[in-house]
Amino acid sequence: MIKAILIFNNHGKPRMSKFYEHYTEDTEQQIIRETFHLVSKRDENVCNFLEGGLLIGGSENKLIYRHYATLYFVFCVDSSESELGILDLIQVFVETLDKCFENVCELDLIFHLDKVHNILAEMVMGGMVLETNMSEIITQVEAQGKMEKSETLTLLFICQSMRQSQASRFSSKIS
Amino acid sequence: MPAVSKGDGMRGLAVFISDIRNCKSKEAEIKRINKELANIRSKFKGDKALDGYSKKKYVCKLLFIFLLGHDIDFGHMEAVNLLSSNKYTEKQIGYLFISVLVNSNSELIRLINNAIKNDLSSRNPTFMCLALHCIANVGSREMAEAFAGEIPRILVAGDTMDSVKQSAALCLLRLYKTSPDLVLMGEWTSRVVHLLNDQHMGVVTAAISLITCLSQKNPDEFKTCVSLAVSRLSRIVSSASTDLQDYTYYFVPAPWLSCKLLRLLQCYPPPEDGAVKGRLVECLETILNKAQEPPKSKKVQHSNAKNAILFEAISLIIHYDSEPNLLVRACNQLGQFLQHRETNLRYLALESMCTLASSEFSHEAVKTHIETVINALKTERDVSVRQRAADLLYAMCDRSNAKQIVAEMLSYLETADYSIREEMVLKVAILAEKYAVDYSWYVDTILNLIRIAGDYVSEEVWYRVIQIVINRDDVQGYAAKTVFEALQAPACHENMVKVGGYILGEFGNLIAGDPRSSPLVQFNLLHSKFHLCSVPTRALLLSAYIKFINLFPETKSTIQEVLRSDSQIRNSDVELQQRAVEYLKLSSIASTDVLATVLEEMPPFPERESSILAKLKKKKGPGAVSVNELEEGKREGGELNGGGERGGDSSSTPSPSADLLGLRAGPPVTAAAPSAGSLLVDVFSEAGVNDDGFLSEFSRFVCKNNGVLFENQLLQIGIKSEYRQNLGRMYLFYGNKTSVQFVTFTTTLNVQAKPVEPLIEGGAQVQQVINIECLTDFSDAPLLNIKFRYGGALQNLTLKLPVTINKFFQPTEMASHDFFQRWKQLSLPQQEAQKIFKANHAMDTEVLKAKLLGLGMALLENVDPNPENFVCAGVIQTKAQQVGSLLRLEPNAQAQMYRLTVRSSKDTVSKRLCELLAEQF
Repeated sequence: MIKAILIFNNHGKPRMSKFYEHYTEDTEQQIIRETFHLVSKRDENVCNFLEGGLLIGGSENKLIYRHYATLYFVFCVDSSESELGILDLIQVFVETLDKCFENVCELDLIFHLDKVHNILAEMVMGGMVLETNMSEIITQVEAQGKMEKSETLTLLFICQSMRQSQASRFSSKIS
Repeated sequence: MPAVSKGDGMRGLAVFISDIRNCKSKEAEIKRINKELANIRSKFKGDKALDGYSKKKYVCKLLFIFLLGHDIDFGHMEAVNLLSSNKYTEKQIGYLFISVLVNSNSELIRLINNAIKNDLSSRNPTFMCLALHCIANVGSREMAEAFAGEIPRILVAGDTMDSVKQSAALCLLRLYKTSPDLVLMGEWTSRVVHLLNDQHMGVVTAAISLITCLSQKNPDEFKTCVSLAVSRLSRIVSSASTDLQDYTYYFVPAPWLSCKLLRLLQCYPPPEDGAVKGRLVECLETILNKAQEPPKSKKVQHSNAKNAILFEAISLIIHYDSEPNLLVRACNQLGQFLQHRETNLRYLALESMCTLASSEFSHEAVKTHIETVINALKTERDVSVRQRAADLLYAMCDRSNAKQIVAEMLSYLETADYSIREEMVLKVAILAEKYAVDYSWYVDTILNLIRIAGDYVSEEVWYRVIQIVINRDDVQGYAAKTVFEALQAPACHENMVKVGGYILGEFGNLIAGDPRSSPLVQFNLLHSKFHLCSVPTRALLLSAYIKFINLFPETKSTIQEVLRSDSQIRNSDVELQQRAVEYLKLSSIASTDVLATVLEEMPPFPERESSILAKLKKKKGPGAVSVNELEEGKREGGELNGGGERGGDSSSTPSPSADLLGLRAGPPVTAAAPSAGSLLVDVFSEAGVNDDGFLSEFSRFVCKNNGVLFENQLLQIGIKSEYRQNLGRMYLFYGNKTSVQFVTFTTTLNVQAKPVEPLIEGGAQVQQVINIECLTDFSDAPLLNIKFRYGGALQNLTLKLPVTINKFFQPTEMASHDFFQRWKQLSLPQQEAQKIFKANHAMDTEVLKAKLLGLGMALLENVDPNPENFVCAGVIQTKAQQVGSLLRLEPNAQAQMYRLTVRSSKDTVSKRLCELLAEQF
């Protein structure tokens, strides 16, 4: 089971955190700090696995992470998950973000936190993997995007038609 | 077109985030956030009804603020309101808020459940998915109660959309994990298992997690999944890389699902059905073959995915442990990976080989890689990998290679990372003990261990070497000689002094013939270390000195001189002072015969599980060290505790010296006196028994004064306390269980307390003394607040100190007649408190007696006409007054009930005693 998914940048600023087990808000922040501390001091080119910090269960759990440019993607998992499998999953997640945001960068995650959560929710649910097929995930996200758009468009349309009707009234007066 | 449109975001949100990012300091950021929180709060509280868009915007802001680590204590209601919106965007943000800021606020849960119920019955797949996600994220008991019946129906219904089925499967899994009693699979079992055959691979992916979990809990009911899983796996493995279209990941067909199928099979023994088994073996062979094929892509993702399956296949082969052919292939494959240039693969290969090493088919094959593994331990740049290498060396160790492996581990220890030293030390100690053929090697190894990594040698390790030396007379002379030499080093570790002191005190006579280690030389050597040592070690040395007086009468005057010096006999430490005084007296008044009896050599220790092994097990969690390891050790390593080889004369009668040193005011629990054989046992048993919950700790101390008050992963707090009249003294021992320092360690208490050391080194323990005076009777226990930094994080802990009114009891003996007379005198209704309660523990007379004695009152025999009943009497001493109390406990064995009556001259005391005691029986 996946216990937590954390994204933070090279300075340890959290960019997204999702816990699949209950912790107090305080502990969650401590876990993020502890994890950053553990992961950031590792060299590049060492392996992508390490034992979890004390707060998240110590050696019972593993941290599996990837470092992309300015961001660390860390999955904290128990022994029932395949390490390499999770590494692939992180890749799928990042590739999906990249497709959805077109060249994803840290700023996208900052300003669209809700969408990052939505994308993740299409992949992982309650700590278990829901879907690994990227095109399936993107289809779902796109469908949501469309729904969102149609809702904002309806709103726009109403506004516009109101404005138009007012404008036509003005024009009728002028003419 | 990107799937997420960036342009339509909420402007207010973007501005707010930019503001935060532009903040120059933490203070500015907090200020900006507080301003925003105030703004949102006023908007939510305002009269004007907010539209969905604004609500969404504010909820998004709250999410962002939450991510930055600030408490969000409002907005939940607004989020719940969003759930009932008809707009997808609003509903979705509401669900998001709830799943990120889960709150087990029961009133809200009911409202949330209502919204979920509506969405589940909406038949709109998007809404249903949102609702299922929410259940899976919160997963509370109330939700399980509300939906556990509904979700299996959605999961297996024919007309459910695939995406909803996926969500339903994982939702059900979550509920099963939180409330297994509410999820009844009975009628659904077979239909759920058949989801493995579903056309849609996503459904299979989700369902397999559910099935794996259910199979682990009810293997028999889900047995049919084995053949289905095998056929699914076989279809994937034999498919061409394009067959599965989107489920092909970098030319590997469905790697995730393959891994999960292989994991599911690891819940079961090899299939009994020949055809199924044949098909599975074929699959495993294909997977092993594919590893040798040239890669279809140079991308690391391709090899990752391929190897993920390979490692799971190898795990399954190891799990079955029945196909020698496959095992050897697996071992060879792992051998290749050991030298792979990918660090990840080396890591995983070392890890898998650890499990392979325990299989009797492949143990020998694993051993052939010893040089590679040793090399990994020496040269790997990554500590995670080195750690796995150390684990593997430990696992592959047997009698044939023990000396080599132990030597390598010892030499690695000199440069090992601090984080793994303690574990390494334990492992070396265990291997040395388990495979010791000649015990001089064992003694050498442990002394080396202390020399190289003294700080990481826990008590268990040096206790153990002493136990073994005591129990084996063939090694005693050698041990004495070796410690004597080791102590020559100008700087030697305190643990070395402890071992040296103990061993020379017992067996110094065995090397006294050599003029270079004559009695006086030995004594001077030990005493030269004395002043550099901590109190417990000094206490140990004092005991070694008195043993010297017995062993070597010629040293008597020198040692008496030392004991008589002011620095000993007037030492500010009670324990040292007491020992000095008692030993001095003992040495001057006792005849040689008496002295020889009192200070006789220690009897052999009773055989028991190696304390070190127990410690390693505890450290690594259950399962990490196989339980039969010790048995194995015995079989291979011979009888370590071979007490039978010595004359059995003293083994049954407790040595008088043990009594002498087991005096009431013994050293702190961790400091074992040289002859404190019984203490040793206590320390170990106490460390092991700690499964009671934290809340009950307090009540456990009502009837006893010493023990472990609190323990978590970081810290252990032990208590030793003594009371006399209205005064008490409590020693608190703060033990750092980690290898990292605790800094700015402070404790605050509403009772007078000496300050505690602000710093606790990793693995170390500090002591705090609290003097207590009872001014008047009380019912609330003092609170102890502990704060310290571990790593960067501030830890805060509040504990009730187990100081209860009964601690100030003076027992009062009285005859039957007096008892009843006083009982009658205390007949005002408020003077009596009574409780009738059910027995929580077995009604054992002896246990009851011990508890009542622990309470501090006198237990009066032959007072109550009914011999089953217990009566006690005592006086509580407070500064203000004395409160006489009488107690009567009437057990009813048939009903498993007790009636407890307390009468005392003060009503509050009766009440409090009654409350305290009712929890004890």
